[in-house]
Amino acid sequence: MGSAAERTVLGAGRLVGAALLLAVGCVAAAQDVGGGDPFTSTYRPAPHPPLAIVGASILTGTGAEIATGTVLVRDGKVEAVGADLAVPDGYQRIDGRGKWVTPGIIDAHSHLGVYPSPGTPSHEDGNEAVSPNTAEVWAEHSVWPQDPKFRLARGGGVTSLMVLPGSANLFGGRSATLKNVPAVTAQAMKFPGAPYGLKMACGENPKRVYGGKGRAPMTRMGNVAGYRKAWIDAADYLRRWEKWEKGGKAGDPPKRDLQLETLAGVLKGEILVQNHCYRADEMAVMIDVAREFGFRIRAFHHANEAYKIAPLLAKEDICVATWANSWGAKMESLDGIEENAPMIDAAGGCAIIHSDDGLLIQRLNQEAGIAMTAANHAGMTIARGQAIRWITANPAKAMGVADRVGTLEPGKMGDVVLWSADPFSVYAVAEKVWIDGVLSWDRADPRYQGSSDFVLGQPGQEFAR
Amino acid sequence: MIRPLLAALMLTVALPAAAETVAITGGRVVTMGGAGEIARGTVIVRDGRIVAVGADVPVPPGARIIDATNRIVTPGLVASGTALGLIEVRAVESTDDRGTRKSDISAAFDAGYGLNPDSLLLPVARLGGITSAIATPAYDDAAGRELLFAGQAAAVLLGGAPMLMKRGVAMVLDMGDAGAERAGGARAAELVALQAIFAEVRDFARRRAAYDRGETRDYTLSRVDLEALLPVVEGRMPLLVSVNRASDIRDALAMAREEKVKLILEGAGEGWRVAREIAAAKVPVLLTPIENNPVSFEMLGATLGNARRLAAAGVTIAIQGNGNHREREMRYNAGNAVANGLPWQAALAAVTINPARIFGLADRIGSLEPGKAGDVVIWDGDPLETVARPVSVLIGGVEQPMTSRATELRDRYLPAITQNRSTGEKQ
Repeated sequence: MGSAAERTVLGAGRLVGAALLLAVGCVAAAQDVGGGDPFTSTYRPAPHPPLAIVGASILTGTGAEIATGTVLVRDGKVEAVGADLAVPDGYQRIDGRGKWVTPGIIDAHSHLGVYPSPGTPSHEDGNEAVSPNTAEVWAEHSVWPQDPKFRLARGGGVTSLMVLPGSANLFGGRSATLKNVPAVTAQAMKFPGAPYGLKMACGENPKRVYGGKGRAPMTRMGNVAGYRKAWIDAADYLRRWEKWEKGGKAGDPPKRDLQLETLAGVLKGEILVQNHCYRADEMAVMIDVAREFGFRIRAFHHANEAYKIAPLLAKEDICVATWANSWGAKMESLDGIEENAPMIDAAGGCAIIHSDDGLLIQRLNQEAGIAMTAANHAGMTIARGQAIRWITANPAKAMGVADRVGTLEPGKMGDVVLWSADPFSVYAVAEKVWIDGVLSWDRADPRYQGSSDFVLGQPGQEFAR
Repeated sequence: MIRPLLAALMLTVALPAAAETVAITGGRVVTMGGAGEIARGTVIVRDGRIVAVGADVPVPPGARIIDATNRIVTPGLVASGTALGLIEVRAVESTDDRGTRKSDISAAFDAGYGLNPDSLLLPVARLGGITSAIATPAYDDAAGRELLFAGQAAAVLLGGAPMLMKRGVAMVLDMGDAGAERAGGARAAELVALQAIFAEVRDFARRRAAYDRGETRDYTLSRVDLEALLPVVEGRMPLLVSVNRASDIRDALAMAREEKVKLILEGAGEGWRVAREIAAAKVPVLLTPIENNPVSFEMLGATLGNARRLAAAGVTIAIQGNGNHREREMRYNAGNAVANGLPWQAALAAVTINPARIFGLADRIGSLEPGKAGDVVIWDGDPLETVARPVSVLIGGVEQPMTSRATELRDRYLPAITQNRSTGEKQ
């Protein structure tokens, strides 16, 4: 019996095991405070031939740059990465000479699917802006898998993304972590086993949206009061459930409350706080709020002023998802600088370049390149191997999936991009993108550029976008 | 009494820098003019103007030398379709002078007034190699507004006061979805409204004396709007039409032909589908070549190949940035067009000489040629690259500070990080 077949069997066994675990988890969870996940991922990668990308320069996402090396992928997983790897028989050989390989690009802040194209009112499903606390909504229930931007992002090398509700509310709802695979249902895109995030928002947006309606919050102090009030309710909810559980689950369980369930999930450390917050002083307040109620903030998003408190954010182990180029649209983003992410990195923190945008998501590599170049121009020393982490390993960490994606290490998901050139160059294009080892984008082959149903048959589809 | 004195003071302050002779030596000079590319050339700027460009140009005695060895020297970039000088913080209305809600100042709105040379956006744009821009009015889309023209764009310099280079370089008009909305909700209504307006302007031109005596019929436009549209109907001021759908582009071309007005297209998301018609009409296009998102029903055919296909059909294109605070991205947009097939020279032309030509400024800016303004950028690499940056920016021969408020903020906070880090590593 050949080793390939053996491994396939083993792989399948693991998959079944994982699915069983998931199913068990769901049943158990439905009885407890977390509520479980009734919307289980149905994503199953297709079988694929084992793959060897040979002769490319490799940025592994661990910080390393391999001048010339080989990446082996089999059964949907990275099998090996190194400078001197032999290619076993039966592997599909991809010539990477003169090209670059990176882990699949990960966007920690996207609204694809919830603000899809075309941007009609019928499609605007990203902000449940009717109440400052809508922790009960889940972004995945707004995701339209036919958003043409998923495909465009794939063409930019994006293999995983976190889709967030908008920032109108103090508590916007749960995020959806997706694999960027063509699909007809949101469940078929869901990243198996990824934790949920909770979108929170500081600053101008909530106070503008609700203050404009003559209701709270109208000010930043109103924002903070709104958070604290909600966490008090969540702590109370959690206590009631824990009391019931400690009492041997005797009698009726407390009534489930979708909103408090999500907040309690944060208090239990199962749901990761993704906090839209621009200003340094507000981030510091949010850190104190989190400490008051005993939860952690996983990432500040946009965070144009993060560089002002970079050592604090590094000490608190809070990621910063930001841009190089965006600044100045609002007062709270006036102090944005190109070197924000590199300065977080230099302070020992977790720096992320995110998109928040349907065009930028197609070129996160360039945005990272701009930040890296600006930093080196300013006398910092940021190597490519480090900068690639801003769009691979670090967003994976912020999304709670760093054990599965973000680097080219054995056992990680086989999410790989083959670039035509140094990925930080404006001229680099993603030639091929594999997701879980499956070729999901090929710039030279229309069969791997499948458009969404929406654009099919529409005018002007003769050429790849 | 005070004004002449002030003017004199300003002149004396401005003179020493401007009167200087600067020699930029040793660089790879991409002139975007007749001299083409010079592998190792010299650019001489005297009294704010370029006086010589070439491989064997002697450096005049006393000239200040800027060594550009191993660097690339290009004309300053010309940003089209920006609001540089008209906006500070988008969400702060008092700092946004792009448009008016006043219904009797439509075509008459002039972006050449109210420019702010102290805007924080200008140094940021300069650090992206941008030396001049087309300050373009935007519609102030307050509820219920029905205003056909956004107003007149102005060419501006980013080297500090005074910004204004040339007033009235184009009349700004939305067509397609946005234009239809303003005309009452349908494309046909806008086209009819335009016909009526142009007829009215021509009528006004013939009967000005009678108009002043109150002997004409009532016009729908205000007097200032009628005046402002005269150069448009006379073909002296181009109509800058923002439009995307292929059929809307055709309608715009037909309208311009029938009304005998000069046309510039902006956006043109589906321009590639009617590229030959645009080229045949000799109509230039301002575009953002990264726009491939079918963001609306008029953009269904948007593609990264737009710039390449338009240029290949013979259309003069200018590449835009990503708007105001993000204007510096125009060179990356041009680089992305190259990544998608536009020749590099054509991409550089699309951010220098082409916008200068399109807006009637090619006698002053857009290329490194004797007689033109000393707007020069020296780059540490390929100007269209994410991994390259300008090292020196001259506007009118004056070296600009390579700082912005953003770099000052960086320099305020960076030492604490780098010192902290190095101490940490020692321990």
